[in-house]
Amino acid sequence: MTAMQGVFLFAAGLILWAAFMMVTRQNLVHAAFYLILALFGVAILFVLLDAGFLAVIQVSVYIGAISIMMIFAVMLTRGDVIEEDPVNKNYGWALLLAALFAFGLIILIGQWPAVASLAGDFDSSRDLARELGVALFSPQGFVIPSEVASVLLLAALIGSLVVARRQKGK
Amino acid sequence: MIPLSWYLILAALLFCIGLYGVLARKNAVAILMSIELMLNAVNINLVAFWRYFTPQTIGGHVFAVIVFVVAAAEVAIGLALIISIYRRRKTVAADEINLMKW
Repeated sequence: MTAMQGVFLFAAGLILWAAFMMVTRQNLVHAAFYLILALFGVAILFVLLDAGFLAVIQVSVYIGAISIMMIFAVMLTRGDVIEEDPVNKNYGWALLLAALFAFGLIILIGQWPAVASLAGDFDSSRDLARELGVALFSPQGFVIPSEVASVLLLAALIGSLVVARRQKGK
Repeated sequence: MIPLSWYLILAALLFCIGLYGVLARKNAVAILMSIELMLNAVNINLVAFWRYFTPQTIGGHVFAVIVFVVAAAEVAIGLALIISIYRRRKTVAADEINLMKW
């Protein structure tokens, strides 16, 4: 077992353990911290896949912004931070469906011959952040998707302000 | 070296844990957290396919960045909705928000 395989197995175990703890915790604040742990494991995987810039975005956007927003929402709706019963009455069906889905996906993955392929060599002197910036804003690249994404972010910003604002007279 | 199947199986399991969380959790904030797990599983797959099949282009990174953007927008809107519902109904349990249930 090489060192990379060891790091992968460590990160995979961390992600799956933290995700499992997240969906089963009663206390929502604990669930948010397990979510942060799982997101950090995904950042480790991005580093293993030679996508260092994405790992930085993962830490700064997911852990720095999204998780903190989750914790804010938990605080603002603190009526039921600790639930006696975290699952609804259909959780048996949910468990069955998730298990069937996992089983089917793993069967499908096993039937595909290309899954045994290994990663090729990677030129680690490439500046991926620069390449990504050029691709996002060049007309030959992805300028229209990135503009649509920025309009989507603006719409989400204004929309969440409108939705969460306190109505007059209430 | 790590074969591609390890990443795919990990992402499949993570996706299914998130699916279970979405379907089974009561609290709406916990449901949003589980959606984040599912989006992260998708991102692992996208970056793994990029690294194993087309590392000379940058398209895989662009896909992953778009998923980040969608996740951020979705969380902002979702949390605003949850806070608005909490103000009116004093609850965020998904099975008590049943005004439009048939």
